[in-house]
Amino acid sequence: MNKVFSRPKCMSNTPYHYCPGCDHGVIHRLVAESIDELELASRTIGVAPVGCSVFAYDYFDLDFNSAAHGRAPAVATGIKRARPDSIVFTYQGDGDLAAIGTGEIIHAANRGEKITVIFVNNAIYGMTGGQMAPTSLIGMKTATSPYGRDAATMGYPIKISEMLATLESPVYIARVAVNTPANLMKAKRVIKNAFQCQKDGKGFSFVEVVSICPTNWGKTPIDSHKWLAEHMLPVFPLGTFKDKTGIEKAD
Amino acid sequence: MADKILMKGNEAIGEAAILAGCRHYFGYPITPQSELPAYLAKRLPEVEGVFLQAESEIGAINMVYGAASTGARVMTSSSSPGVSLKQEGISYLAAAELPCVLVNVTRGGPGLGNIAPAQADYYQATRGGGHGDYRTLVFAPNSVQEMADLTIKAFDAADRFKSPVLILSDGVLGQMMEPVVLPDPVVFDPDTKEGTLTGKGSRKKRNLVTTIFLDADQLEEHNWHLYQKYQFVTDEFDHGSWKDYSCELHQTDDADIILVGYGIIARILKTVVEKCRKRGIKAGLIRPISLWPFPTRIISELSKKTKSMMVVEMSTGQMVDDVKLAVEGRIPVYFYGRTGGNIPSSFEILNEIDKIVRID
Repeated sequence: MNKVFSRPKCMSNTPYHYCPGCDHGVIHRLVAESIDELELASRTIGVAPVGCSVFAYDYFDLDFNSAAHGRAPAVATGIKRARPDSIVFTYQGDGDLAAIGTGEIIHAANRGEKITVIFVNNAIYGMTGGQMAPTSLIGMKTATSPYGRDAATMGYPIKISEMLATLESPVYIARVAVNTPANLMKAKRVIKNAFQCQKDGKGFSFVEVVSICPTNWGKTPIDSHKWLAEHMLPVFPLGTFKDKTGIEKAD
Repeated sequence: MADKILMKGNEAIGEAAILAGCRHYFGYPITPQSELPAYLAKRLPEVEGVFLQAESEIGAINMVYGAASTGARVMTSSSSPGVSLKQEGISYLAAAELPCVLVNVTRGGPGLGNIAPAQADYYQATRGGGHGDYRTLVFAPNSVQEMADLTIKAFDAADRFKSPVLILSDGVLGQMMEPVVLPDPVVFDPDTKEGTLTGKGSRKKRNLVTTIFLDADQLEEHNWHLYQKYQFVTDEFDHGSWKDYSCELHQTDDADIILVGYGIIARILKTVVEKCRKRGIKAGLIRPISLWPFPTRIISELSKKTKSMMVVEMSTGQMVDDVKLAVEGRIPVYFYGRTGGNIPSSFEILNEIDKIVRID
């Protein structure tokens, strides 16, 4: 009998701690598949964030560092500068990257650090219990915006990919989602491109994955993905914001 | 013997770091330590090293965390307000047992304070500074020569004890020029360290650097492990191979009053001891070289032989607490301090001693 589907080699055999229906598992898998296909596992060092994916390192059979809240791009900088031949990636949520770690991500991008950043944006703090994030949508009700996010006092959702794309240094910046099979296939290609970019020594690569939080959104996983398509994607449109990789487009 | 060269204290630290095999420096500009990053920005590329000016002190200390996790000898430096910002990272470095060397060229505080020399960061340096159950080894040089020598020893101690090591200097030592004989270069290979992040390579088990222990029993076990390590470090400085770096004693054998001071203050106190002796006052000096571990044992023993002690600091009184803990009430412990960036003169200190001697 042919085995047609199995766990990527660089993933460990560990059950996820994530809530049912969470996208993290799928996104982890896309990262692991990319690393395997590009044959990078032996020299890859991951950096885990603080947030829901704080234990991301449990699911990869790779050397891993676990950073303080928001500091993963700085930690990754230190690793990459000390071990330039390694492949270094961070995996961060929107509280980690778009709030407390804004300074670190902007300057790692601006220095053109040869690292890959996977940014999972679900517009809410998951781990701490559903608080408002800088990426929360206008009107979105969270534990700390119980009357809905009010632009007048809480500002508008931060569009990190667009912001980073204004910088000269980054080589690859794209936003994807994993809400449909078609988007998932695209997300895989983009994440693989990001690692290819680093493998080729080109420079900073960044993939934002627009994602869901069924638990704190108070929706089923299916409804969450519908809500993502209807409300998140108009604010966070999918696409490639910067591409100096020279990798041929598959679609 | 190597030639004597004239260097600023901050530059001596930079050159000594390179001689110690440090090839990675991450920092953020702040006065009065600016000569150190400027020196390394020039020197590190000459030895194929990395100098990186970070976006903030927080960025810099986390880059140190990353580089240290790969086994590299790595350094950052700052001055008081900047070191406050680094405390988050220092707590993580201590928790993950990552070696690195930190330099605080202390200035006047609290708040923005000023850029004049001070010793008001003693508590922060020796009590941990950041959150959690941990200690940081702290060296306090008192000359440009020691800035160099203790930098080399700091890298050794960091690797030996798997801990961040802080060099607590001040604006005087950082800025002043003195002749230095540079130590011999150290051969250092980051690949000889175990458990470092290099990529899994052909290893069977991957390596993980983390500071999270969700289970209370696991964190408690980790904290007691750290505690036992700190006890071992203390023993090493009390009786073991690091004894010579615990403190310097000067004319303490027959002293009726023993002065206690570290760093630049100890230089002034040596003059005070001489002046006292000329006046017939039997004064001596204890100069802690290691502020943590503190030379508690030696101070305790000397407190049984002398009549009083006087602690002099460029603060409103911080190290004096540790001296009192060591003395355990056996004899009076006096304090004289100047703060805000002021440096006490030997005359001021002599006046204070005169008052004490009259009381005694």
